[in-house]
Parts: sequence; C-alpha cells; structure tokens
Amino acid sequence: MEFSELIRTGQAQAELLRGPEMPPLRGTLCVTGHHLLLSPGPQATPDLWLLLLRSVDSIEKRVAGDAGTITLRCKDLRVLQLDIEGVEATLDIARSIEALSSLESVITSFPFFYRPKGLRLGEAWHFHPPERYYKRIARETWSSPLPVPQTRAWRLSEANEDFSLCPSYPRAVIVPRAVDDDALARSARFRQGGRFPVLSYYHAPRGTVLLRSSQPLTGRQKLRCAEDEELLRAVLAEARPGARGFIVDTRSAQAAKQARMTGGGTEAKAAYPGWKRLHRPLERGRPLQESFVRLMEACGDPEQSMDRWLSRLDGCRWLSHVKEALSTACLAAQGMEWEGACILVHGAEGTDSTLLVTSLAQLILDPLSRTMAGFQELIEREWIQHEAPIFLLFLDCVWQLGRQFPLSLEFGEGMLLALFDHSYASPFGTFLCNSEKERCLCEVRTRTHSLWSGLNQPKEQRKLRNPLYVPNPLAIWPSVEPQSLRLWQGLFLRWTHPPEPSEVAWEKVWQIATDQKTEGSQPTDSASEPQP
Amino acid sequence: MEHIRTTKVEQVKLLDRFSTSNKSLTGTLYLTATHLLFIDSHQKETWILHHHIALVEKLALTTSGCQCIRSDPVIQCKNFRTVHFIVPRERDCHDIYNSLLQLSKQAKYEDLYAFSYNPKQNDSERLRGWQLVALAEEYKRMGVPNSNWQLSDANRDYKICETYPRELYVPRIASKPIIVGSSKFRSKGRFPVLSYYHQNKEAAICRCSQPLSGFSARCLEDEHLLQAISKANPANRYMYVMDTRPRHRMQSWWATQKDIGRIIVRISSKIWNDEKIRESDGKKRLNAMANRAAGKGYENEDNYSNIRFQFVGIENIHVMRSSLQKLLEVNGTKGLSVSDFYSGLENAGWLRHIKAVMDAAIFLAKAIMVENASVLVHCSDGWDRTSQVCSLGSLLLDPYYRTIRGFMVLIEKDWISFGHKYSERCGHLDGDPKEVSPVFTQFLECVWHLTEQFPQGFEFNEAFLLQIHEHIHSCQFGNFIGNCQKEREELKLKEKTYSLWPFLLDDQEKYFNPLYSSTSQKLAALEPNTVSFNFKFWRNMYHQFDGTLHPRQSVFNIIMNMNEQNKQLQKDVKDLESQIKQHKNKQTDGVLTKELLNSVRPESPALKTSLCLKEQTLLPVNDALRTIEGSNPADNRYSEYADEFSKAEPAVVSSEYGVARMTC
Repeated sequence: MEFSELIRTGQAQAELLRGPEMPPLRGTLCVTGHHLLLSPGPQATPDLWLLLLRSVDSIEKRVAGDAGTITLRCKDLRVLQLDIEGVEATLDIARSIEALSSLESVITSFPFFYRPKGLRLGEAWHFHPPERYYKRIARETWSSPLPVPQTRAWRLSEANEDFSLCPSYPRAVIVPRAVDDDALARSARFRQGGRFPVLSYYHAPRGTVLLRSSQPLTGRQKLRCAEDEELLRAVLAEARPGARGFIVDTRSAQAAKQARMTGGGTEAKAAYPGWKRLHRPLERGRPLQESFVRLMEACGDPEQSMDRWLSRLDGCRWLSHVKEALSTACLAAQGMEWEGACILVHGAEGTDSTLLVTSLAQLILDPLSRTMAGFQELIEREWIQHEAPIFLLFLDCVWQLGRQFPLSLEFGEGMLLALFDHSYASPFGTFLCNSEKERCLCEVRTRTHSLWSGLNQPKEQRKLRNPLYVPNPLAIWPSVEPQSLRLWQGLFLRWTHPPEPSEVAWEKVWQIATDQKTEGSQPTDSASEPQP
Repeated sequence: MEHIRTTKVEQVKLLDRFSTSNKSLTGTLYLTATHLLFIDSHQKETWILHHHIALVEKLALTTSGCQCIRSDPVIQCKNFRTVHFIVPRERDCHDIYNSLLQLSKQAKYEDLYAFSYNPKQNDSERLRGWQLVALAEEYKRMGVPNSNWQLSDANRDYKICETYPRELYVPRIASKPIIVGSSKFRSKGRFPVLSYYHQNKEAAICRCSQPLSGFSARCLEDEHLLQAISKANPANRYMYVMDTRPRHRMQSWWATQKDIGRIIVRISSKIWNDEKIRESDGKKRLNAMANRAAGKGYENEDNYSNIRFQFVGIENIHVMRSSLQKLLEVNGTKGLSVSDFYSGLENAGWLRHIKAVMDAAIFLAKAIMVENASVLVHCSDGWDRTSQVCSLGSLLLDPYYRTIRGFMVLIEKDWISFGHKYSERCGHLDGDPKEVSPVFTQFLECVWHLTEQFPQGFEFNEAFLLQIHEHIHSCQFGNFIGNCQKEREELKLKEKTYSLWPFLLDDQEKYFNPLYSSTSQKLAALEPNTVSFNFKFWRNMYHQFDGTLHPRQSVFNIIMNMNEQNKQLQKDVKDLESQIKQHKNKQTDGVLTKELLNSVRPESPALKTSLCLKEQTLLPVNDALRTIEGSNPADNRYSEYADEFSKAEPAVVSSEYGVARMTC
C-alpha cells in the first residue's frame, strides 16, 4: 500500500493556535505518511511543528467562507486548532488525516520507518526477557537465608515456545518446578485466554511469591482441573510447609459468581486447600474510560468556579480509582510482607486490573523495581495493554508513590509522562501490538527501535530521572487517605493549564543534587544503567 | 496551679486518630502549669501547650456491648493536632479532663504563658529583640515621608483612633481637621491611612473602615481626604475604593436602587437586623458616591469624579469560622472516602474563600502595577478582610515581603500595628466564641498557595508559615497578645514578654527555601493564576501531626540539606587545601603530605555531619514525627481485609510493628 493514495492534498497554508500562552504559528502545512508538519518558511525561526498522526484521536472540521478550521483531539490530551486557507484544502487535509490516523496495520506504522541517528536496531530489546528475571530469582533463592527446600522451587518453562498455550504470554514463563509442561498445558486450557498461574514476583525477604492468571473456566457446572489445583498446591508447598495463600480477585463476589454463567468463575474453596479468596472490585474498561473522559472534561475548563471544580473532581471518581488500585496493591503486598503468604491475583481476563495490582505491589515491596532499569523491566514483564486508561491509572498510582516518597524512585515525573506519551503514539516499537505473539509475527524486535534504547540515551536523563533519588531498601507503604492523594496536574492539566513556573526551579534542584553527587562522599551505586 | 489535681498519670494510652489497627502508645501523662506532656515507652515526648487546646471533649466509648460515657479526653488543638488519651482510672480521667478544661481557658492576660516564659535572656537582649522589627524604618524603606506623604501626629495619644498605631502616614495636603472630620465619619474612627507606598509607581495602598451611618448623607472632610490620597499620586488621576465585602448581601438593596431611579431610600429597621443595617447603610453611602462618580448622582459629582468603586466578595468572620469548622469535621473523619472528602471540601467552601481573598489581592496589585492607581481598601471595621487584602497585595508587589525578615515586617505592619484583633480572633482568653475566626490562618494559607505557585519566589519555606501559625496561638511570645497597639502598651508586653521574631531568626536556616532566587526580575511582582485547579488542600497544615498521612517529608528540606552539605564540603575542601599548603611550606616532602591527607580526611567534621545528615532531615516543627521514607502498613487503612489476614492466623500478627527507619 502506498501512503500517497491516502493523501489528497499534500500542502496548504495554515495557522496553528497553540493555546492561550503561546503565539499562533503560521506556515505551510504538510501531510506525510506518518506526520503532520507545519513549516513556518525560511524567514522564521526553525520552529518546525510536528505531530505524529497516530496520536490523533478525533478530528472535527468546519468551513466558513473560503477558509476552514480543523480541530484535532490528540491521545496525549492535547487539543489543537488549525485554521486553513481554502475550503477544498481543508476538507482534503481533514480526510487525509482521518485516513492515515486510523490505519490499522502495525507494519506500516512509523516505528518501522524510524531510523534515528545514534541508535542501532536490535539494541535494548534483550534487556528485559523473562530469562533475565529468572536468573535474578535463581540468584535470590540460592542466597536466601530461608530453609533449603525453597532454593530450587521455581523453573523457567518454555512450554509456551510457540504460543500454543497462551498467545498473550511470552515464550518463557516461571512456574513451580514440581509442575511439568503437560500439566501447564492442561491448566492453561482451564484458564481464560490460556493465562495459567505464573510467577510475577518473588519476594526474597520472606520467600513468598506473587502470581497472576486469568479466571478459571469453572462455568455453570463448576468444573475443576486437577493440574490447575496441583499447580497452586505446589506453590504453597514450595514456599514453606503450611504456607497460606490468598487469591485477590479484582471483581466483586457477585460479579465473580455471575461470570460462571458465561463460562468463567472462581476457584472453589474445597478444590484449593490453603488458599483463601478476597474480593477487591476494581473498575476497568468502560467505567474507567468514562471516569477518565469526565476528568478530562473537568480539566478542560479553567473558568469554572471552585465549587464546580471540586464537585466535578469528586463526580468523575478518578481519584477513587487511584485509591482503590493502591489499596488493593497494598493488600497484596501486605500479605506477602507481613503474613508470609503467597498471593494470586486475577480478575476475568487477567490482563488489566490484575496487572495493575501485581505491578504496583512490586513497586511497594521491591527496591529494584524502583530503579530506572528495574521499572522498565517491570513494565516489559507485566504490561500488555498500554493504550488504555488502565495503564494511565497505573502511571498515576506510581506518581502518587513518587509524591509520597520523593527519594525512593529513581525516575521522576518526566519518565511517567514519557511513558504515557509513547504508549499512545510513538516512533519506537516497544508499545506496539497487544501480545508477545503479535510482536513476533510483526518482527517488532528486529525491525523497530526499542523505546528503552531511546530513553536511556544520556541526553534524555535529566528529564527522566529523579535528582533526589537515594536507594531505599525498605518497602514503601503509601497512605491511601484522600488527603494524601492529589490530582496529577502534570499530566491532566498539562495542556489546558499553563505550566507553573517550576521548570527553572527543577533545574535548580538538579544543580544542587548533581553538585552533591559529584562532591559528596559516595556516589550512589547505580544498578540502573543497563549495559548493552 | 490550683486547677491541677493530678500531675502524673501512668499507663495512659495515646490513640492515633487515623490508624485502623487501633494502634496506641502507652506512656505517662504529666500535667504542668503550662503544658500537657506525654512520654511514651520509647521516651518520645509529646508536648501540648494548654493555650493550644481549643476543645476538650469526653468520648462515648463502646466496650463489650455496653456504651458508657467516660471522660477520656479528646483534645483538639488550634494547631490542628487532635489527641485522644485513654486513662485507666476513671477518677484520674475525670481530674485531668476538668483540669484541662480550666487550664485551656484563661480569664486574664497576665495568666498567659508569655508572662511566665523565660528564655534566659537579659533585659537588653529582650529589648533588642523587640526592636528587631521597626516600622519607622519600614516606612523609610518604602520611601515615605516624601513630598506627597507625611507622618501625622494626630493619633499620637490614641485620641482619634484607639485601634490604630500612634504613627500614621497620610497625604501631605490632608490637614488635621480633615483627618479628625474623616475619622468621625468612619467606623471606630479608622480613617483612611497609608498601608503601603509603591515607590516606582508613586501609588499607594490605603486602608480604613466603612463609612458610618446615621450621619448626614455626606462628610466633606472624608471626601477631602480621599481627594488628597488621589492627588498624592501624580501618575494617575483616578483611584480605586475597594470594598472587600460580598455584593450579594446587598443585591436586593441594589435592585431597589435601580428601580426607583437610584434614589436613596430609608429601609425600615424591622426588615433588617442590626448587622445588615450597618452594612447596608455603609453601602448606601458608597452607592451614593458611586452614583456621583457615574455622573448620575444627585449632588456634587465633581468631588468624586476621580474615584472608581470595586467590590470583591470576601465573606465575614462568622462565615469563615463555620467554614473552617466544616473543613475540620471532614478531614478529621477516619476512613474517609475520596468522594466524601471532595464533597466535604466543596461544602466547607474553605478553598472558595481562600480564592476570594487571593483574587482581591490580585485586583489590588494589578490596579497599582498596570494602572498606576492608588487603592483604598476597607471592609466593615477594617481589621480583618482589609488586613488580608492589604498585606497580600503588598506581598505580591514587593519582593522584600517575601524574605524572612520582610515577612515579619509585613505581619507587624498590616496585622499587628493596624489592630487585627489577635486575642479575640485566636481566642486567647475565655471570651466571646463568636469573635474567634481563622482570618490570619487564611492569610498564611494564601501565602502557602503562592509559595506553591512560585517555588522560587520566597526566601522562606512552608515550615516558617507553620511555625508562625503555631505561635499566634501559643501565647508564648508577646507579639500576638492583645487586640491593638494601645492595649499592648497597657499590658507592658515589651517589658514583660519576649518577641517571637529574634527566635525565628536564630533558627532561620530551618526556614530557608533552597530554591529561592532573589535576583529574578520575573519574580519582582507576582502575578498568580487563580484558576480553581491551583487551590489544593494544605495537608501539612491540617494534618501536620498526623504522621500516617503522607507525604511526611518535605522535599525542600531534603534539598536544603543537600545544599548545606555542598557548602560544608566546599568549605572542607578549602580548609584541607590550605592545610596542605601550610604543610607544603613547612616541609617539601611529598610523601608526608599524602599521609597527612589520609589522616585528616576521616576526622573531618564535615564528613561526619554528611554521614548522619540523613537522620536530620526532620521538618523543623518541634515534635512532629518525621522519619525517612519507609512506613508501616499498620498505619494505613488499606482495607477491611487486612483484618481478615489476622483472623485466619491470629498468632502471626502483632499489634506493634514500630515505624521502619532507614539507617545510613
């Protein structure tokens, strides 16, 4: 397919309105295969303005007289207005943007064409495979102060080599050593989408584990699966004799029960001795999307009164979702850290709120996941869907952690914003496709650049890192009281509310902090810089 | 002391108001003449000044099914600390409750802590402390007296106005009869005087109280004085009169005015209660003036042709008091949902009021910066809302007031000297509860919002504001005792008590903002943005003592420490270098120099401090619990299921985890 077929008009004269604080930009508007650009012409500054077409969420066009206006709503929450000369040109450009921004095909997307200077293809893709995490667990179990049976409890299984067990799992997964690949295959058949229980995080200090899966397919007949039961039994047996387990179900008890009508369900108590079910309903999908939309509407109106703003902030319920997500993650983490229990998290598909809980619990407990490299690895390991409000909810929760523990995260707000932006539209391949299987089919790893290789370039660091970071070996237990949670202004008000004059201040923080690191007694041990 | 029946009770439990695990500390409670002291089993001390106690309540306890009212005191403090003690013996409990009830309410000034507080300074030190902030110098700094403004001796003996200071600045062309005439026309004699003079713009902020009712429709002297203020500004022909009271209270009245062709009507006192009458009469005057200004009035429009009237809606002290009350009810709720919190915040209206004060100050600052116009500010009596608006306006205009010293001067000038009734508003003595109102707290909160919006604009940090707030209620220092200067002189505060400011200055490194940029031209006059998004709940004020509600750490303090450490290390390097030089001069043996370096380094005092600095990153609030990151899940309310964990295996869970502490 040729992009040129979709481009009706390549060029037009236009003016871009950039919000209240910035002057409008005038120039020649061009539509290319992946971008919209506005070149102000030779007389002006090299102020070329560029927008990746993939980030256009919706487009509105209006014509009056011999000119037109296009309003673009972008996935990074920006709203842009372009005034274009000529009715025909306006309509053509609008149609071209519509066609190009809604292209479904992955392999025609920009990451497959993006070849920046200084980066090599294939770089950084090998940083975060499950094998690497397994090595860490092996290391930790060997050096563990806990009794011996633990040490060889887990193995790396390649049962999913050809994605036949589960298309959304990677080729290799970490499972109890006592369970063989055939049993895994049976367990996979008993779980929705084949997502059988696998290890998500090994909590070395207590020798407990965090597992995740999808719901069991018990259905109306209350089916059981011996291999699935054996798998969970093995988890407890290998953790510690007499260990307990908790299944954190991210649906309400009623919703879980109802799921049986459509073939899903929950683990029956009698079938899984030692495991206890807890229900922590978390919103996802549509309600979460609506909450997000309503929050954005509220954030788009700088004129509203204080009362209206507070009532809309309350009404959209976004911060309630933040609170629920964080407290569920804390519950899981608490179970591992204080109760010495194993935790299995799942909802229905086990691909959204499940991941939210497992990844946040790791940030709370695991100091390594709070480093730059560890956080990248966590996202690679845990997250499948990036382009959804659930991933944004995750980033928001991480931001809250960072605000409550300003020293403990190696990355700063800039990193979270970058992840948000790249998750919707990116020149890098990391967030393409929705599963490992698709990524393999599209050869994403060999034909596009990894986001991490882009972000880990030295020039990006000042923007992404937290200058105040000091490694903190402890668990960080956030406060989930509403007084402690705050709206993430840096994201939600990024485009509507002119930035507070804090950039200079931030630069000063950097100065003071870097001064200290070069002059201070010990440079912090940086386990974060991945060595290629 | 006669109120204290029990001085020491053992085995007392201190409950954490937000902990779900009913976590408590056991320790000993002491009652002294000035403080309540609790020492827990870890020897951590909690001091509560009796003056800080706003309310002592008995709590209804439910024990094993039966409900009984015990006198276990729940103490609410004016600095927003809430403590709940459980005393084992009902008798002790009762004694302590009654003692606290007595001790927290003082009948006369002489019983306040400041009169017994002795920081071991001699008389001359104390006097120097009081002279630290001298308002005469401040007026000189502003550039008065000058060709347009002069010091008036009219109030030298508090004859014209009891609640004003002795020294007042007025336009040079305003004669004494004019001043006296105007003061008779204004409530409590508070005639228009200078509050701030903007040297570059030659414009002034003036303040007064509302015009009085009951007089004939006009007062020539008052008109004259306003004219004089206007003329004292050569840069602009018109001036603003800002009424800081909300317009809606007057709306119906205004409506009738329009209907009948803007003619003043008498309103029957049967319809209006007393307070409203006063207000409406004041408004009547203003409306009359406004009518003249608009050329539609009935007389003498030339006199007022250069005055523009502006209303900004700040509510009165009673509305503010109940708003804060509502706010505290909401945020004191245990296990609050996000939704309850925000709807509570909305219903309390507190942030709306903060925004109103800020908007008024911005209007004032803009009138001077953009239009070069002088502004006369008033409310009813001119000591609450007027103080808020004048002081915030000056703070926006003049970077000096954003320094540690300048902020002290600002409070002395616009609040203390012009008669903000601290003792009544803070309830220092057992008096009329209707006079208590958080007007000054609102001012501090506005300043806090500004520090959030301009992280580089202020020399001081949040801790400084919190410390000042602590002391307006503590009565430990003389500054905030009494309601006006005259009263303070009668109390002989300068002889009998100490000034707070030198003590704050001694500790000033705790209050520095490490990001402060004193030279930035951009920050000369602040132009804050008051979109609703910018107003946030001030956690560190209202939950200062609730350690389980994060964030507990101030990023500024961390940066501050880094900064200090950098400076110390630089100094250290210099010291070492000079030592090396000295030794090199003495002996040229290079090996020895090397040895010297090795031996000096580990003993360097700077390095020692740098190693334990992490321990010191405490917020400088005396006894607030601040630990390095790391926290305790038992502190936080994650879910009701946390209990289920323990139900399943009760032996595993211990009630005390202790607070995690990072060692360096």
